[in-house]
Amino acid sequence: MRKKFPYTEKKDTRSGFGAGLLEAGKNNPEVVALCADLVGSLKMDAFIKEFPERFFQIGIAEANMIGIAAGLSISGKVPFTGTFANFSTGRVYDQIRQSVAYSDKNVKICASHAGLTLGEDGATHQILEDIGLMKMLPGMTVINTCDYNQTKAATIAIAEHHGPVYLRFGRPVIPVFTDPDQKFEIGKAWMVDEGTDVTIVATGHMVWKAIEAGEQLEALGISAEIINIHTIKPLDEEAILTSIKKTGCVVTCEEHNKFGGLGESVARLLSTELPSPQEFVAVNDSFGESGTPDQLMTKYGLDTVNIVEAAQKVIARKK
Amino acid sequence: MKRTIEELEDIASQVRRDIVRMVHGCQSGHPGGSLGCADFMTALYFEVMNHNPDFKMEGKGEDLFFLSNGHISPVFYSVLARSGYFDVAELATFRKLNSRVQGHPTTHEGLPGIRIASGSLGQGLSVAIGAALAKKLNKDLSHVFVLLGDGELQEGQNWEAIMFAPFNKVDNLIASVDYNGQQIDGPTEKVLSLESLQAKFEAFGWHVITSNGNDMADIVRNLEYAKSLLGKGKPVLNLMSTIMGNGVDFMMGSHKWHGVAPNDEQLALAIAQLKTTHKDY
Repeated sequence: MRKKFPYTEKKDTRSGFGAGLLEAGKNNPEVVALCADLVGSLKMDAFIKEFPERFFQIGIAEANMIGIAAGLSISGKVPFTGTFANFSTGRVYDQIRQSVAYSDKNVKICASHAGLTLGEDGATHQILEDIGLMKMLPGMTVINTCDYNQTKAATIAIAEHHGPVYLRFGRPVIPVFTDPDQKFEIGKAWMVDEGTDVTIVATGHMVWKAIEAGEQLEALGISAEIINIHTIKPLDEEAILTSIKKTGCVVTCEEHNKFGGLGESVARLLSTELPSPQEFVAVNDSFGESGTPDQLMTKYGLDTVNIVEAAQKVIARKK
Repeated sequence: MKRTIEELEDIASQVRRDIVRMVHGCQSGHPGGSLGCADFMTALYFEVMNHNPDFKMEGKGEDLFFLSNGHISPVFYSVLARSGYFDVAELATFRKLNSRVQGHPTTHEGLPGIRIASGSLGQGLSVAIGAALAKKLNKDLSHVFVLLGDGELQEGQNWEAIMFAPFNKVDNLIASVDYNGQQIDGPTEKVLSLESLQAKFEAFGWHVITSNGNDMADIVRNLEYAKSLLGKGKPVLNLMSTIMGNGVDFMMGSHKWHGVAPNDEQLALAIAQLKTTHKDY
C-alpha cells in the first residue's frame, strides 16, 4: 500500500525560505541578509522587520551583493543573499567562484524563481542550468527543496552548516506535504515511499509530481520507490544505490536542463558503481518561454504523465 | 611613528628585491605593478595598519587589507613575509607546484595574511565593503583598506560598489587606487580611458585625496590623513599616482613589464639598483 500524503493547504516554497530566515536570524545573531531589489519576491520582510540592522539592501547589483556577502563572512557573519535563481548564479558565476567558493566563504546563496515555473516572465528570468553551474564548484553544497516546510527547515539547517551553500526553490504555490517539524539533514535523502519495480529519484517541485506518478503507477500494477533528493551535492549515494540494487532501474525527475542536473549526477554514480537503465524527466536542452507554470510543465515534458511513461520505458529496458 | 621614513624606504627596497627575484625564480608573474606599489604596501604593513602577524581570519580589532588587483601578488607576499606572517624562505616557492604562494592570492592554500582570493578583477572593493559593514555590526572600530588597480576600474562591479559605499555611509573604509596609467595592452588612456577618477568618485559621494605613491613620506602622511577623515559618513579614496616598475630603471613607466619576467642578466641589473638591508630569502 502506498503512503498517503494528504495536504490541507498549498503554499509557495519561497515563503518557507522567508519563515526559515527569520528563524535562523533568531537562532544565530551572526545571520545577516542581503537582497538585490527583490525583498517581496524572496519573502524577506519578516526578517527585515525583526532585524533591520542585519539587513542590507544592495540594489540591482548582484555582483556587488556576492562580494559584500563574502566580505561580511570574513568577520564571522553568516550572510544569506537573495534574488532570482538566474541572477543568483549565471549572472555572478565568477564572483561566486572566486570570492565565495575558492575563498571558502560561509555564504548562503538563496535563489527563488528557479526553473520553468516562474512562468509568464519567460526565459530571461527562468533558469534551467543553475544546478549544473553550482554543483561544478568545488566545495559548494547544492540544495533544491520540495515544499514550504522543507524549504523552511533547509534554511534553518544551512545557517548552522559551515561552508558555501546554494539553496534553490521555486515560485509556485504547491501542496505542503512534508512534516512541519522535520529535521533537515544536508546530504541525507528522504525516502518518500518504498517500492520494488522502479526507483524514482526526484528533486524540488518534481517530488510532488513523483508522488502523483507513484499512485498512477500503482494503478497500473507497478510498484515505484520514490526518493526525494533535496541535496544534489553532496549526493546521498548510498540511498540511491541501495534502492536501485532492489528495483534495477531509475527515473530521475527535475525542473532543470537534463544536462548538468540531478540526472547526470545519478548517471555518473551508476556508471562506476552499478550500471543500470535510467530515464531522464528533465528539460531537453532548451530555454523556457512565457506561459502559465502548468502549461510550461506540460509543454516541456515535466508532468506526472511523463514520469509514468518514463517508468514504463525504463522497466522495459531491464534485462 | 614606529619607524623613520628612511627605515621604511629600506624595507621597500628589500621588498623590491624580493619581487624581481620571485618573478625571475619562476619566470612568470607581474613585476611592474608590484614594484610600483612597493612603497604603499610597505607603508601599510610596517607603519599605518594595526595588524597581527599571528594571523586570524576574522581579524577582530585589527585593520584589514584586501588586494583587489591580485596579479601584483609578489608585493603582497613580500610584505606579509617580511612583517612576520610566514617565513620569507617560502617566497622562493612563488608560482611553483605545491606552494601556498600561488600565482594570485588565495585563502584556499591557507597562506597566513590572505583573506580573499583575487585575480579575476573587480571584486575586491565589494569584499572590502562587506568586511567594513561587518566591523560596524561588531562595534569594531578598526579600519578596512583595499587596493585597486586603475585598469581594474573598467570592471563594472566596481561602480556598483562605488555607488553603494557612500550611500550606506561605509566610513571605516580607505580605498587606494594604484594610478599608474598602464594596463596589459598599453596606456589606460588608449585602451579605455578612465577620464577623471577624482570627479567620478566625488560625484558618487566619496571623500577623495591624492598622493604620490612612490614618495614614502607622502604616502604615510596621506594615509594618516585619510584615517583622520574616517567616521564622518563617507568612505575615503586615496588616488595614488605611481610609476609602474618603480625602482628598476629599465622597467619604469612602461606597460611592457606588466607581466614579463626578467632574464638572468636583467635580474642582475635590477638587483644592482636595489640595496638590501634585511637579507635576501
